Amino acid sequence: MNLIQKARMKSPWILHFNAGSCNGCDIEILSCLTPVYDIERFGAVNVGNPKHADVLLVTGPVNRRNERVLRNLYDQMLDPKIVVAVGTCASSGGVFQNCYNCMGGVDKVIPVDVYVPGCAAKPETIIEGLILGLEKLAKMPSKPKKGAQPAEART
Amino acid sequence: MSEGTSVPFGPQHPVLPEPIQLRISLEDENVVQALPALGYVHRGIEKAGELNDFQQNVFLVERVCGICSSIHALAYCLAVEAVLGLEAPKRASYLRVVWMELHRIHSHLLYLGLLAEAFGFESLFMEFWRVRERVMDLLEMTAGNRVIISVCTIGGVRRDIDAEQARAIREELPKLRDEARRLVDSLLSDYTVRQRTVGKGTIPAALALELGAVGPTLRGSGVAQDMRMAGYAAYGELEFRPVTFPDGDTYSRTAVRAEEVFQSIDLVLAALDNLPEGDLKVGFKGRPEGAALARVEAPRGELIYMVVGNGTKNLERMRVRVPTYANIPALLTVLPGCEFADVPVVTLSIDPCISCTER
Ligand code: SF4
Repeated sequence: MNLIQKARMKSPWILHFNAGSCNGCDIEILSCLTPVYDIERFGAVNVGNPKHADVLLVTGPVNRRNERVLRNLYDQMLDPKIVVAVGTCASSGGVFQNCYNCMGGVDKVIPVDVYVPGCAAKPETIIEGLILGLEKLAKMPSKPKKGAQPAEART
Repeated sequence: MSEGTSVPFGPQHPVLPEPIQLRISLEDENVVQALPALGYVHRGIEKAGELNDFQQNVFLVERVCGICSSIHALAYCLAVEAVLGLEAPKRASYLRVVWMELHRIHSHLLYLGLLAEAFGFESLFMEFWRVRERVMDLLEMTAGNRVIISVCTIGGVRRDIDAEQARAIREELPKLRDEARRLVDSLLSDYTVRQRTVGKGTIPAALALELGAVGPTLRGSGVAQDMRMAGYAAYGELEFRPVTFPDGDTYSRTAVRAEEVFQSIDLVLAALDNLPEGDLKVGFKGRPEGAALARVEAPRGELIYMVVGNGTKNLERMRVRVPTYANIPALLTVLPGCEFADVPVVTLSIDPCISCTER
């Protein structure tokens, strides 16, 4: 593990996007940031800028309108990056099965690394999902392979 | 429209927990127009409510909005109960009050924290959320889940609060009251906070009524209107007086919510003291036929559910009118004239819940 990888493990920055969720999981993600659960002890900070973030936390089943926003955010994040789908409805559509405007999960739009179950997912579960994601991130090469397309060139 | 600058505010913005976009036209630093662009959270729940079994719908409507979820379930259950001609047992009505008020406490504390964050008072945000965890623990203890508690069901409630749990609630709430009192005092008396909130986004009472504002937005303009006065569930038997503040600005709306935290604590304690013995739910046969309307007070204001049944297990129509929907016109009227830096705070001051609004 080189220095950059080590540094990344100790300060994973988080971008949170609500892709049509009911807020239940979003307030639990916010709870993770606050003193009782305090994911800052893992060096994780919530940032608003996709270009600074290593981890994308997505909640909600993704609908036809925010699909484009979600894809944009994902493309703007630099490699290596991981995506954590928080909540049952982000993982599979969950309770919103019958809703006409739902795509039925984040993995229909962007690749997902970790699925966090629960409706609403508890902060403990979200933290565990984040840690699992970090283990995955640790194994990713810190430089993209030669000849790989930069993120902006993908559509 | 004048030659100004247009700024998109959202859909992904650090202040907003939810995706809504406001297209804001500026002239210098002043907002001249704010146009909302909606649809980022629209899922189609009203239609799904017609495709599901009417008993399954309880779980669906809880996910209209995670912050006031159980209150949606209550409104839906009250509407279906009215169609079926049921009345929930006394004990169930009191238990409903307990859970609804616990939910209101958590929602208001969440709002107060987010407001503090919106003007950069990070430590106060953290403090409010730390206190809020006490309520979340109570919800988890009594209902088994933290946010989506699924306690209401058609004809009553699904869980009981036994003597030991009631004792734990009675012990915990006074502590919460003390801690919240300290935080609220520092929020409401702080010089910087007053500078950011007093006189910002003022909605006069006449305007609020004309635009149909509801809930703390309306009560923050000095109009004493609260659906709990109508006495659904057990509210009719508990002592209750709506909290109002006269000025109509962001500060008043915040103060209303802060005081309602304490009022809700009192209501929970009163409901527990008067908790009657009895059944938790009444059984029923048959399927809903006919239409009914239920109006309840959610943390953000009046929530209306209408259900139309046609004698099958699917509903003919389910209609949801949520409080934020009623408050958005008032917000859009007061945003022009604000300074751009105040837009996040004023927007937050109606405590918008977009996932309710778009369903
Ligand atoms: S998983 Fe459940 S609680 Fe979480 S956002 Fe989806 S519906 Fe809401």
